[in-house]
Amino acid sequence: MIALAFLAQTLRIAIPYLLAGAGGVMSERAGLIGLTLEGYMLGGAFGAAVGALATGSPVVGAVVGMIFGGLLALLYAVSALKFKANQVVTGVAINLLVVGLTRFFLRLLYDSSSNSPRVPGFGRADSGSGFTALAINPLVWVGLLALVVIGWVLGRTAFGLRVRAVGEHPEAAASVGVNVDRTRYAAVVLSGMLAALGGVYLALDQHQFTDQMTAGRGFIALAATIFGRWEPKRVAIACLLFAGAETLQIQLQGTQVIPSQFVEMIPYVLTIVALAGVVGRAVPPAALGREESA
Amino acid sequence: MTTPVAEVVNAAPPGVQPEAGARGASLMEALLPPVVALLVAIVVGDVLILTFGQSPAAVYRLLLDGTWGNAYGIGQVLYKATTLTFTGLAVALGIRAGLFNIGGEGQLAAGGFLAAMIGLAMPAATPAIVAALLCTIGAAAGGGVVGAVPGYLRARFGAHEVITTIMLNFVVLALLGWIVSAKIHVPESLHTPEIHSGGVTRLADIMPIFHGSAANLTLLVALATAGAVSWYLFRTRRGFELRAVGLQPDAAEYGGIDVGGVRWRALALSGALAGTGGINFVLGYKHYYEEGFATGAGFLGIAVALVGRNSPFGIVIAALLFATLSQGGLAVNALVPKQMVDVLQAVVILAVATAVPAVRQSIRSSAKSVARSLMQKTGAAGGGSR
Amino acid sequence: MKAPPLPNAAPGSVAIRLQGIVKTFGETVANRGAALEVKRGEIHALVGENGAGKSTLMRILSGMYAPDAGTVEVASGDGRLHDVTGWNTAAAIDAGVGMVHQHFMLVPPLTVAENVVLGREPKRGLQVDRRAAEKSVADLSARSGLVVSPSAKVADLSVGEAQRVEILKALYRGAKILILDEPTAVLSPPEVRQLWDVLRTLRADGGTIVLITHKLDEVMDVSDAITVMRGGETVARLETRSTTPREIARAMVGRDVALALDVERSDRARSLPDRAPLLELRNVCVDSPRRARVVDDVSLSVAPGEIVGIAGVEGNGQTELVEVIAGLTTLSGGEIRIAGHDAARLTVRERGDAGLSHVPEDRHRRGLVLDYSVADNLILGQQHHFTRGATLEAARIVDHARQRIAEFDIRPANPLLAARALSGGNQQKVVIAREMGGGRDFNVLLAAQPTRGVDVGAIEFIHDRLRRARDEGKAVLLVSADLAEVLALSDRIAVMYGGKLVVVLPRCEASIETLGRYMTGATGAPARVA
Repeated sequence: MIALAFLAQTLRIAIPYLLAGAGGVMSERAGLIGLTLEGYMLGGAFGAAVGALATGSPVVGAVVGMIFGGLLALLYAVSALKFKANQVVTGVAINLLVVGLTRFFLRLLYDSSSNSPRVPGFGRADSGSGFTALAINPLVWVGLLALVVIGWVLGRTAFGLRVRAVGEHPEAAASVGVNVDRTRYAAVVLSGMLAALGGVYLALDQHQFTDQMTAGRGFIALAATIFGRWEPKRVAIACLLFAGAETLQIQLQGTQVIPSQFVEMIPYVLTIVALAGVVGRAVPPAALGREESA
Repeated sequence: MTTPVAEVVNAAPPGVQPEAGARGASLMEALLPPVVALLVAIVVGDVLILTFGQSPAAVYRLLLDGTWGNAYGIGQVLYKATTLTFTGLAVALGIRAGLFNIGGEGQLAAGGFLAAMIGLAMPAATPAIVAALLCTIGAAAGGGVVGAVPGYLRARFGAHEVITTIMLNFVVLALLGWIVSAKIHVPESLHTPEIHSGGVTRLADIMPIFHGSAANLTLLVALATAGAVSWYLFRTRRGFELRAVGLQPDAAEYGGIDVGGVRWRALALSGALAGTGGINFVLGYKHYYEEGFATGAGFLGIAVALVGRNSPFGIVIAALLFATLSQGGLAVNALVPKQMVDVLQAVVILAVATAVPAVRQSIRSSAKSVARSLMQKTGAAGGGSR
Repeated sequence: MKAPPLPNAAPGSVAIRLQGIVKTFGETVANRGAALEVKRGEIHALVGENGAGKSTLMRILSGMYAPDAGTVEVASGDGRLHDVTGWNTAAAIDAGVGMVHQHFMLVPPLTVAENVVLGREPKRGLQVDRRAAEKSVADLSARSGLVVSPSAKVADLSVGEAQRVEILKALYRGAKILILDEPTAVLSPPEVRQLWDVLRTLRADGGTIVLITHKLDEVMDVSDAITVMRGGETVARLETRSTTPREIARAMVGRDVALALDVERSDRARSLPDRAPLLELRNVCVDSPRRARVVDDVSLSVAPGEIVGIAGVEGNGQTELVEVIAGLTTLSGGEIRIAGHDAARLTVRERGDAGLSHVPEDRHRRGLVLDYSVADNLILGQQHHFTRGATLEAARIVDHARQRIAEFDIRPANPLLAARALSGGNQQKVVIAREMGGGRDFNVLLAAQPTRGVDVGAIEFIHDRLRRARDEGKAVLLVSADLAEVLALSDRIAVMYGGKLVVVLPRCEASIETLGRYMTGATGAPARVA
């Protein structure tokens, strides 16, 4: 019973990672650093709150959230691709921009500096927090399928082949008539919408939007992307591992044995350790982060 | 993510002064992006102000009045600019070495915390100058250690510092939060007791007109530090080697430079700069460490370095600009939410980052043309194609 | 300047016609009124020195660049010329124009078949039809003689195989006009002969081929007609049958030149100095992260007053050998001695102080910090000798720069200019001046590709300096992909293949033919050490 509860909790925590991780794979395989995942998630969460509060429908919330994520990704892509801006600086700026915008509009729309009113979610009042609640949430299914689908897209479709090519050697792709920029725009916008869905899930699951509610989850998803060596299957496993560790953290927090601050650190320390352990052996997409690329 | 993100923001000026012919161009290169950024920020600001149903002109007037319009406002701007100078220098030093230190937040907090601990540990009788010096060294060491960790991870394992520094922010803040809340906080607060010794004189104590503002003599330490960083980067051998690593790690390695060593030392030094900024709050203002005092200043350091083009004196100017915005946000809070300023600051970073490559491109080609005109002057045909 | 019209150019026989092409990049003029006319079914050589504008002209033809002025015409299937000026790559590919780039345009982690079909994938439903892709690659291989496994990863291929994939890519897209940019730079002589066979097969099939090269023997070997470019202009058009290498060379350079191949074989029966070697390699091995033993058991010594040349097809371990001697790569086994001292554990800087100078093969990546001034670049690696206390001695650095600039005629003569702003030849002079100039105390020189991508004048100058270093009693290890250069300078010549030195010959026993055989790893002659 405890094991099942643990599993349900892990899954619940893993969904946003899986969605953002899918976005991370898409963006980085196309050659753009996924530092903006954090911003997409936060933007998506805010969009979900706005859409769901305005219409009462979580589906509309999800759509609005995805649109927000897509727009942010487009902004990132334009400055990185059209203006060849540095991706790290731009990424940091976009994350800060989203924090600022969500705070501003939180004040403007809901006259609060910390959180939105209660947001309707997918669950029913009686569905609790176990597997039933998970099963009736369509975003859980989307999250579980996201990396599987991305794996298929990258590995099997012509679009995926082109994404891999522009992330590794954009000049080569261009020389055979592949439109490098268009491919990258598509990949990045898709990445933004996927990661935003991760934020949507958070807002709908917690039934509100709170200031900076993503709390570094986008960065952890990025670390999972790297830890999984940009391979969708491995990234999915990395996301589940991180979620498992976080579940453990929450269980520990209940016991009061270890100070809560130490427990809070677990995912971040884990991320650092994972990166230090894996990066030396992992080969990133060759054109990742290159400013002058095509 | 192992891709080195070298040459982040601009071409570094050479150690032996910039190329003679391109002076005007490099001035343009320095001024154009911030000007563009400011214009974009103003447009975005207008939109935000209008969505809140206020008049942009009134808001901007209030912003100026509340900052440069009176001595208190000026003092607050100077106080904020002091911290931002440190975090801006920290980011710039990293970028010069081809590294992104996004951990300024945690380093600043760690520096402030250690300064407070040392101040608490020393008897009240310690001579002020000695105490302040020891606290400052402690602050630098605190930030330096936090910076050295990602530096070591990068040099030893190739773990990209962008993610490790961000993650360390969370870790350090949680750790400090635990120490303060569990061990040494003053009841009903999130801060430590006041330090016994090591306080830095407030500006108001010398010039009463600044009464009430937090500005203090750490300001002079910041200016001196900017000078020292400039000297270090452009006049010393270590600086020469650090910039070479930042521009072209392979060439630096060829030139006998220990690239890994330079990288971790640069991040440690960068962390130390950010950490030193902690004395502005701890020694100069509140005389205790308080949770959250560093919030925002670390990330704003990136904006400051970017707009200041990683040049120490540009950073001082940029720090004043962002301090004005930040203080101005509080001044206009009655009309529009101060969160507007968070947005504007992000817009400035984004706009500068976007404008710089385009400007750099045009500058590079004009440098080529200077070279060509010099060739023609000397009637040369030697050398040819690449 | 306009090329003379093609004699007997019957309508319908012209496949490509470029006229008055102008193309500038910022301040650089790459083409100034260049022209080209190629008959259908011929192998046409486009020759000229580095920077003459050949590649730019061909990139315009293949749609990668749009010209600033001029017209591009290409014949369609029915033989009529169509104005296609300013088209893009995709349109060029559709019209049957394919380009094989000097730097391969291949995506290493993808398979051969994926690389070939990229951008034009056969589909089954939403998916790429892998089986169809691999089948069409196999079919094309069989027809053209370009043998390569369709399911292999490109990263695992040899350079020669990678080039075959490049040509297959063009053929898969139905190329009738094939442009090859310096295709032989990376090939061994037998691979070059195979390539010529492939090109002749394609010509027999009605294909038209433009071959960019600056190697005159190739031109004479395989081409039917020749267009010569110089300084962005077309300066001559010749029929291969009725011309000579000397005539082509004169057109390329604009004056008579001593062709490297003609250089009197200076079989100076110089008695080599009997003194102890300054550079000694004993059983040197290097492992790379990706492949074990990139340098495999290399033993070689270089005596004072001697130039030892290392010939070989690029990628056979020469780069790693030079880097391990310089201290840039970890030695996996063996010994390195510089001037009698064990150098294996010394750092790059300590090796420099022990008397090692190093002209690296890639000046843009290794040899220069492009955004540093000429003066700063002239002390790179020596900065600890220009330091007092913690600070650099700015005045002495500029002074040192002025002397080197005068000594090596670096132009423009401005020590404060960024190295980026210099031409390739002058950039290389900065590197040479730093490593060999007055004030640099060295006894061993590693010269890797010392004249790559520099113009003829600078080549003569650099060769002269290398000979002078030898005459002053330095030990010089020269690594060059240019056989003619190795032959012209070396006292002894070693050939590297597969990470090993397969032979070391005295100059008098070496010729293009003998070296060429060893470069392919042919073990016809037993390895021997001279």
